[in-house]
Amino acid sequence: MYFVLFIAVLFTVRDGVLGDVYFRRDVLFSADAWRSLLKGFWINIQVFLWAEGIVLVWALVVAIVRLLPHRACAPIRLVATAYCDLFRALPAVLVILIINFGFQRARLPLLENFSTMQYAIMALALVYGAYVAEVYRAGIDSIHPSQTSAARSLGLTYAQTMRHVVVPQAVRRVVPPLLNDFIGLQKDTALIFSIGIFELLSRARFINNAQATFTGYTMAAMLFFIITIPMTRFVERLQRRDQARMRAG
Amino acid sequence: MAFLEIRDVHKRFGSNEVLRGVDLDVDPHQLVCLIGASGSGKSTLLRCINALEDIDAGVIRLGGERVSGRGVDVNLLRQDVGIVFQSFNLFPHMTVLRNVTLAPTKVLDRPTVMAEERAMQLLRRIGLEEKAQEYPDRLSGGQQQRVAIVRALAMEPQLLLLDEITSALDPELVAEVLNIVRQLAEEGMTMVIATHEMGFAREVATKVCFLHEGVVHEEGPPEQVFGQPREERTQAFLRRITEAGRL
Repeated sequence: MYFVLFIAVLFTVRDGVLGDVYFRRDVLFSADAWRSLLKGFWINIQVFLWAEGIVLVWALVVAIVRLLPHRACAPIRLVATAYCDLFRALPAVLVILIINFGFQRARLPLLENFSTMQYAIMALALVYGAYVAEVYRAGIDSIHPSQTSAARSLGLTYAQTMRHVVVPQAVRRVVPPLLNDFIGLQKDTALIFSIGIFELLSRARFINNAQATFTGYTMAAMLFFIITIPMTRFVERLQRRDQARMRAG
Repeated sequence: MAFLEIRDVHKRFGSNEVLRGVDLDVDPHQLVCLIGASGSGKSTLLRCINALEDIDAGVIRLGGERVSGRGVDVNLLRQDVGIVFQSFNLFPHMTVLRNVTLAPTKVLDRPTVMAEERAMQLLRRIGLEEKAQEYPDRLSGGQQQRVAIVRALAMEPQLLLLDEITSALDPELVAEVLNIVRQLAEEGMTMVIATHEMGFAREVATKVCFLHEGVVHEEGPPEQVFGQPREERTQAFLRRITEAGRL
């Protein structure tokens, strides 16, 4: 409703000059433009999927390390905490620039033969890993200690207790905040245009420059809408189904 | 030598000393009831026996072996000692069957088929076999607690600790849980029970221990502790219980 109103305003203010800027029909209905943008968007989606996959596992590892109980684990607990603090403090775009250009130049062993895209994935995974680790940690903390007592009293080790009892419940509980972060990650894939990857945003800019319009941005925005909004709904449904199953047996 | 020996056990939480030198012996096939006011240390004592809490001083021995303090494999100890909690603590994300088979398959490395067969046997005994595929929150409190008992029994413990297992139940659900304990007692399971069910303690206990301020104040056969308590504190406690109509 508001969206329609917004469009209406765009088309009426100053004789619809805004409509011309953002919704120029020859660009909006150009198959070539869409083809190019979709090609770019496919790169975003790939980066997103890889980064998300890495984040889901990596963040859980970080969260578990941060919660290791024994005093002997203090040093690596500290490393994990420092990682979270550091990467949550930095703008994602800065991390992308640092990792891409720095690692390329420095020729780090093991890390030198990566493509720009792989550096981009690595950077996004590191940034979002720090956020998601905190989400996991909150989820694990929210599981009542009596669950741990029950599992340990049956002879399960600490690791088995985490693996079979605590983490599965924690993950279910943090699905909504996880989703939040993933929508964020999905959108932040646009930041990789800063290291010269010819993805959606770069292509939108290219179209804008060639056609002297901003319609390319509108089209890019539409593509983001199309993917993120259904994703939200989908995960909500998964969650409801899971709850229904636990309740209804 | 007793099967379970507790000697001069101390446990403090911060500045609050909950156990102040508990001594207790439990022989095989005995059913020992711990009675006493809330805060007298009953639950803490049970949690210490199972090493869910570290003790600060004293020693706990099971079958002659020290099971408290440093260098003890608590995971091994817990295979021999089961505990059932007041709040059931079933795993809500697992079916009843999986709740029961988790420890046998993961800790004892039993094949799933065997563990499930055994679990179904146990569930049949408590009349809950048709609930095997349900999730715990579809069960009544009494049913959940029965499953929790079965979950502990699936590990075939030599000693079973029951921590006020009927305190969180509606009155009409208490009997179904106590009946199982009664059955276990008849089969000779060694048990230590913290309870407020005095009538039940009197009926099934081989020994009753009255805990007061972190020490065993009086112990003896139920007829003696309930019939002619020697200690003044015990008398006062039982008088209050009687006044409340719970004995």
